[in-house]
This record gives sequence, structure tokens and C-alpha cells, in this order.
Amino acid sequence: MSRSYYEKLARIDLTAGTVAVEPLELEKAQRYIGGRGLGTKILYDEGVATVDPLGPDNKLVYITGPMTGTPSPSSGRYMVCTKSPLTGMIACSNSGGIWGAKLKHAGWDGLIVEGVAKEWTYLLVDDGEISFHSAEQYVGMKSEDMDEALRKVHGEKASVLNIGPAGEHQALLAAIINDKDRAAGRSGVGAVMGSKKLKAIVVKASVGHVTTLHDEDALKQATSRCLGILKENGVTGQGLRAYGTAVLVNIINNIGSLPTKNWQEAYFEAAEKISGETMAETCLVKPGACFRCPIVCGRIVKLNDGKVCGGPEYEPLWAYGANCGVDDLNAINVANMLCNEYGLDAISTPCTIAAAMELYQIGAITEADCEGVPLTWGSAEAIVEWTRRMGAGETELGKRMAQGSYRLCEHYGHPEVSMSVKKQEMPAYDARGIQGIGITYATSNRGGCHVRGYMISPEVLGLPQQLDRTVTDDKAAWAKTFQDLTAVIDSMGNCLFTSFALGAQEYADLLNAATGTNYTVETLLEAGERIYNLERLFNKAAGMKPEDDRLPKRLLEDPIPGGPSKGMTSKIALTLPQYYEARGWVDAFPTEETLRRLGLAE
Amino acid sequence: MLEVRLFATLRQGREKVYHLDAAGFPDGTAVLDHLHIPKEEVAIFLRNGFHRPTDTALADGDIVAIFPPTGGG
Ligand code: SF4
Repeated sequence: MSRSYYEKLARIDLTAGTVAVEPLELEKAQRYIGGRGLGTKILYDEGVATVDPLGPDNKLVYITGPMTGTPSPSSGRYMVCTKSPLTGMIACSNSGGIWGAKLKHAGWDGLIVEGVAKEWTYLLVDDGEISFHSAEQYVGMKSEDMDEALRKVHGEKASVLNIGPAGEHQALLAAIINDKDRAAGRSGVGAVMGSKKLKAIVVKASVGHVTTLHDEDALKQATSRCLGILKENGVTGQGLRAYGTAVLVNIINNIGSLPTKNWQEAYFEAAEKISGETMAETCLVKPGACFRCPIVCGRIVKLNDGKVCGGPEYEPLWAYGANCGVDDLNAINVANMLCNEYGLDAISTPCTIAAAMELYQIGAITEADCEGVPLTWGSAEAIVEWTRRMGAGETELGKRMAQGSYRLCEHYGHPEVSMSVKKQEMPAYDARGIQGIGITYATSNRGGCHVRGYMISPEVLGLPQQLDRTVTDDKAAWAKTFQDLTAVIDSMGNCLFTSFALGAQEYADLLNAATGTNYTVETLLEAGERIYNLERLFNKAAGMKPEDDRLPKRLLEDPIPGGPSKGMTSKIALTLPQYYEARGWVDAFPTEETLRRLGLAE
Repeated sequence: MLEVRLFATLRQGREKVYHLDAAGFPDGTAVLDHLHIPKEEVAIFLRNGFHRPTDTALADGDIVAIFPPTGGG
């Protein structure tokens, strides 16, 4: 029976140079849906939690969801699951573009890559055939050039995923880039690829669709209903296409929760200059979309020197902009492009530059350390040149910064300057001004992150309903539900942004039509809960401690000094116990009873 | 004076910022009427940085920020 899984995984051993085809256990796939859930399950079952993240025993799981590559909306997502060298915990980085859809169309649910290649290698997935090729001649090549070079060899229709120089030198902030400017950005997944001497994976598929759908007509109907809802919704219908995620700059600044100068402030006077509105008026060439996406949130921008390239999302705009005190939009566009070219996380990289700027402000980093490019607040030159140095692994300080703000700040004796959770930098929303997002940050299994339970939706955007951002009431339960639903959407292989308009029922309809499952809203959210708890079990096995669920001291002790949210601090001490109770956890980990309820007990 | 800031598509055919005499605008509805912004086009209405209904009472010195449905992540 057809079920939108190809029921086929490739186990690729780089040490031995072999490929083994493994069947996907259908029952396991359906319990964990696919993508993020299934990838984590594979890693957990194979004991990856305890290995050295940059050693030969770590594994990289490139995995699709059952909806990836199907006609359902925004279905180009794939995930890279591995043990993170940045956090030492679970990593699951999600990316769009077309690579994931092609992998699926080529007939694979996922690739499990293990071992270490003898020389720099790239893989070619050509429908059912997987082959090894030398990548020695491409060492040092930037992502975009690599993409072009490999498509010259394997044809324009091939899709390329690769690491740039940052991944090669195992920078802990290294990302994996696909289709030139799409990134599986977070948690250092690019460094793991570098540690395996795997430079790229090229995918070619001779068909352009998934051939194993359970009920094509039902999927068509569910899809057309979803497309209607997405079109009618102001955010997914017009808002994101017109301004991209960058429209958030002005929103978040106007509520006084735009972290500024490494979170020392929360209101940026010059926000307008780096906003989505300014981008649309000045450098935006056109919007861009991933596979089968009606939302079209991507930005194609023109730099001052005439180059046209992928433009920044809200996160890098904020992180290079307000967080570094920079109001030069072109410099941010250039720095963002360098993140893509060198293969760096476009959130953690600028956040680490911001932390370095604070270390420079307090005199911990000296003029001499800066080797000609002082880390002064507001310096357009600094954000561009330090991104390049981090990517290329140049200068002592640049190399250190490429390991992330936690290791940087600890080295200089100021760990409190690193605005990170579980050693990963927090994103663009101040958890002092928006109480619920702090729960997401503190409890995210992959460290500081907003897309593990996007509380900004209800607390700021009023979706699906408006919550008061300043209070803690009910936020724990909301955060849990958002986390669980997000785990579902990621695992399905649809883009999280569809959830501005779609609800759990729509996802259940899509999934049931494609795979033949009988998920209800309730059992679907329970599957998400199962995935979230499994990630937590992985982290526990990896050595996570209860005190790792915490926010930086600054958010608890230093009230926001000015702007609309003046005087506010995070009340996470109040909400965290409520959250654990809602989850059925004690001291940050699931109880036996919770594990039994979710079918996770040993 | 009131400072009224408009964003995203609400700027089409309008200014980015208006300074209005507070005396003539007792509440948000008066501001929307004056600027010909249909209530349905307003997704976020902020008074001094806090979400309020569009008919919220206004006072001299207030900053009002108005956004259409929009978002990101
Ligand atoms: S909403 Fe944006 S990120 Fe998501 S699939 Fe569409 S274009 Fe890609």
C-alpha cells in the first residue's frame, strides 16, 4: 500500500565507502511521523547521545517528512539531525529550498551518514544510485561557487547541499547550505559534516513528484482547502510576500522588545532603517519561494555593488542590526550573504559579534586583539569583516568567535555576556518584554531558539488569539502546545510558517490523506509531545542537567532600561515549574508515568 | 500631540508618521477615521507599546503604532 514514505533509508558509511539500503519500519515512522521525530528516534536508538559530536561515531541524518515533496503547501522541508557540537545535545536543523523535495523524489526517506571519509568527499544521489566522489579540488570553495561547480558537472537540474569553509574548519557555528541561500543553520550541523570530510551532497531525481501517496484525491482536497485558508489569511496571503519576516523589526521594536547592543537595551532608535519596509523600498529585487510555497517569504536583494543575492530574514537583520547597533542595511545584506557563502549560522554568528562588541566595550577584548577592525558598536565594517574572518577561520579572535559566544565569553572570564541558552545564542525577541517566549528559550531541546514554540504568534501577532505579553498566566500551557504542534509540523516536512493560518486539524487531514494514518487533533498533538519528550531523553542521555533549562542572568536581574517595556524582567522562575507540571516532568525530565503515557518507557 | 506611526501596507497612500492634535482625537477610532483606515485592516494597535483595542482612549503625548495583518518568524 502506498503511504507517502518510500520506506527506504540509505546508510552511508564514509569510512568504508559503502551504501546499504535499509527498510524504514513503517510503524515507527508513523509513530514519530518522519523528519525531526524520526531522525531523533534513529539517533537515540543508535546510541548517538553519548558520542563525541565531532568524532567518527556521530551520525548525520538527512531526513524528509511524509509531506516533503508532495503537493501539500510549503512542502520543501528537510531536516539534519545529529548530536550538536555547539550544545552537546540534540540538533535538528530545518531547511527549505528544493533539495529535500528532490531527495524524496529520488525515492529516499532519508540518508544516515556515518564514519569519516579518508579524503574530502561529496555524494551523488542519482535516483536509487548513491556514489562517492572526490571533493579535494573543491576544498576552500564557498557555498555558492560550489553549488554552481557541481551543477556544471551534474546538470542544472541537480540540487546541491554543501558546507562552505566554516564547516571545513569545524567552526561550531557552521551551517549547511542548500540551493545557494537556504540553510540548515543552527547548532553547528555544518561542523559535523566537516568532521566527516563530507563537502556536499548532490541530488538528482528523474521524477518531480512523490509516487507513493496513500489517497491522492483526499490529499488534493485537503491541499486545496489549506491553500484557500493560507490565501485568505493576512499574514500568509499577503504580509509575508510583501515584506518578508523583516516586517517584524518595527513591530518588535515598537513593543520595546528588540534586543539592542547584545541585550543591554531593548529599543533601537534606528530600527526603521533596517526594517522590512525600508528593505522593500530600497534593495528588494523580488520575493523568493521554496518548493511549492504559496507564502513566498524569501527575499532577493541587490547589494550596493550590484550583486543580486538572497537577502536577510528578520533574525539576521536584528542580530547584525540592532544587536550590534548597526543601521546600515547594505552592510547587513553583505554580512548575511557572507554567512551563506562561508556557511555560517546567520543568527549565532552576528549574536557572537554582538557579544564580542560588549567584551570590547568593557575592555576584555583589546584593540590589539581586533587586528585593525575594532569591535565598536554600530560599525558596519566590523560586522562584515568579522563575519568573513569567522567564516575563513582567520585571526586568533576570529577563530575563537567562530566557536560561538558561550566559549568566547567564557574564555575572557565573562560568561554572563553570552546571551545564550544551552550554549546556543537566543534569537530576536526580548524575553523580558514577552514573557511566554522565555519559556520556549529556556526549555528548547536544541538551546536558544524561537522556532521550537513560537510564542510571538499569540503574544505579539495575536494568532490564533491575542495574549497579554506582559503576564505569565497560562503561558506554560500555551508554550507546551506550541512546542508539540511545531514538532508535528517539522516532522511532517511542511514549513512552520503555514501555522500562522493552519491549525492542527488541517495538518491531521493532510497527513492522513498522504499516509493513511488516522490522526485526530488529539493524537497528533500527542505525537508531537512524544517527539518533544524523546528529544529530552536524548539530552538526558547526553548529560543535560536540570540547570541547563535557564535564561541568562541579564534577563532575570537587569530590567529593560528604557523604551516601552522599561522596567520589565523575565518571570521564568514562576513559569518554569508550571511548565514542568504541564509536561509531566520533574526536575526537567519526564517521569516514568509520562514516558509510559507516551509509549516511551523502556 | 499624538504621534501616530503607520507600518507595512498601511503606508500606501499615507505618510509613515502623523503628529495630531490630541484634543481632536479622544480615542483610536477617531484616528482611524481621520486616516481612512478601515478597522478590518488593523491587526495590531499599540498604545505606548502595549496592545489595545482600536477604540481605546488616547491622551496627549501618546504614541500609537498601527500594523496590518503581518508576521514572520
Ligand atoms: S514560508 Fe518562506 S521559508 Fe517557508 S517554505 Fe515558504 S518561502 Fe520557504
